Amino acid sequence: MAETHIKNYSINFGPQHPAAHGVLRMILEMDGEIIERADSHIGLLHRGTEKLIEHKTYAQATPYFDRLDYVSPQNQEHVFVLAAEKLLGIEVPERGQYVRVLFAELGRLLNHLFSTTAYAMDIGAMTPMLWAMEERELLMEFCERVSGARLHMNYFRIGGVSRDLPEGLSDDIWAWTERFPQVVKDIETLLDENRIFKQRSVDIGVISAEDALDWGYSGPNLRAAGVPWDLRKAQPYDVYAKMDFDVPVGKHGDCYERYLVRMAEIRESLKIVRQCLNEMPSGPVQLDDRKASPPPRAEMKSSMEALIHHFKLFSEGVRIPAGETYTAVEAPKGEMAVYLVSDGTNKPYRCKIRTPGFAHLQSMDLLSRGHMLADAVANLGSLDVVFGEIDR
Amino acid sequence: MDLALQDLGDLIAAALPQEVQGVEVPSGELTVRVQRTAVVKVLTYLRDDPLCQFKQLMDVCGADYPEREYRFEVVYNLLSLTHNARIRVKVDTDETMPVPSVTNVFSSANWYEREVWDMYGVHFSDHPDLRRILSDYGFEGHALRKDFPLTGYVELRYDDEQKRVVYEPVKLSQELRNFDFLSPWEGLLPEKTAEAPPKGEGTA
Repeated sequence: MAETHIKNYSINFGPQHPAAHGVLRMILEMDGEIIERADSHIGLLHRGTEKLIEHKTYAQATPYFDRLDYVSPQNQEHVFVLAAEKLLGIEVPERGQYVRVLFAELGRLLNHLFSTTAYAMDIGAMTPMLWAMEERELLMEFCERVSGARLHMNYFRIGGVSRDLPEGLSDDIWAWTERFPQVVKDIETLLDENRIFKQRSVDIGVISAEDALDWGYSGPNLRAAGVPWDLRKAQPYDVYAKMDFDVPVGKHGDCYERYLVRMAEIRESLKIVRQCLNEMPSGPVQLDDRKASPPPRAEMKSSMEALIHHFKLFSEGVRIPAGETYTAVEAPKGEMAVYLVSDGTNKPYRCKIRTPGFAHLQSMDLLSRGHMLADAVANLGSLDVVFGEIDR
Repeated sequence: MDLALQDLGDLIAAALPQEVQGVEVPSGELTVRVQRTAVVKVLTYLRDDPLCQFKQLMDVCGADYPEREYRFEVVYNLLSLTHNARIRVKVDTDETMPVPSVTNVFSSANWYEREVWDMYGVHFSDHPDLRRILSDYGFEGHALRKDFPLTGYVELRYDDEQKRVVYEPVKLSQELRNFDFLSPWEGLLPEKTAEAPPKGEGTA
């Protein structure tokens, strides 16, 4: 057969594409079925979060953080309250820290359950997604019981958490952790040695450790490339220093290892959840400082001063001394950080949100170049991007 | 911890006396202020020096201080995995003076610098692809500048006659309320209404 010359052409991937994980528009320049260049157009979900936060009090900013990475909202709240607490120079009571770590890890489970199975669905495996959604539903019920909201919790507050765990919740979470490993096992039996799954993900989107560092990778994606780095271990916050868990690390940095690292992290998170439940001390969950955190309801019924403090905190809000901080946490997707500048008033002067997905998505061109069109979908899924946090 | 960071800061200042303008450790975070034109040299040094090894550029962001002579600050946040340390590098600039791009030092700087350009209008020289990144195609102005109103200047709606989405000036059915919490005499601050951008603004 005579050789025919195929002209290069470009494909518009998204912004309305089920595999784009939200609203990503990617211009793919193709040579036949091979990607020559991937140009991501982001910002279609840009809501001006940073600008809005500059016009709101500190307490009003936490709900915006829920809406960044809406797959694991509590981890985003965590970074903001930690930054504000650092500038205020306050420390949360121990039980409050335990509750936060407990819910941060539930957030990680929420995220990894979604990201691994959504990735599997991107490359053709439907069932794990359905199973994971069922578990996510149970986890979100725990969130609802503690904060009243299934998804956007607004539970972490400056100085602790908004309220203590309701009665019976610890037992129910414990019961869930006993049942849940079987689900992880089931998902793994479907995927780990699955021929199609491996063909679609092994050796796809390989990134070396040097490249991963150069491109600002963090979290599971960096660890899959073989760099043992976890902020929970390296720069522990709250009570992570007391937690006993391992950091799974990959070797090769391809899509398959990114998946494996996340599955291993689910197990480690489960360990932390159980340790938190076991070791949870009794005591207050909110700092007892009326200038930073509101008084309990009961006290307000009889104390005039408590009522005034409550009013001041929910109208004017807390004033944070002038200063600046770059505070980071290990969110499920990687290093989530805020660069918070305070000018001594009740509103942040500047609140830059550093999200892991932004850096990861940036490397799509590097990962996808030379791969087939279908592999772009696998790369995107394995990076675990959520556009709420990328576009802010 | 603070002492070690101070030592590291002094070391950097000693190695690059021309470029480093100041070293401080506020609230336990090392901050180095450097000359605008020397930012590439300083970041390369920070990346490669065995005592620094700041291999990761985690974030580049802008900040607007309109009352200063050089109103913009570009802030680079670096992370060293080897030494488990962070450093913040700051550069001053204004609307016209470009900051040298560090994309050749750290690949991740590409989108970060595009974002700073988009949000603040800070130019980066030698950047391979300095386009807007987050805002709309054809957006005018730089949204995170302090003189840019919260509501913006235009709003969108679908026009049924023209069968397309049209841009219109912002119309607020209710004024935004802006409380003055700084004065003991409570009151509403005069609202900055959304007007057409002043001249010289909103280019690009």
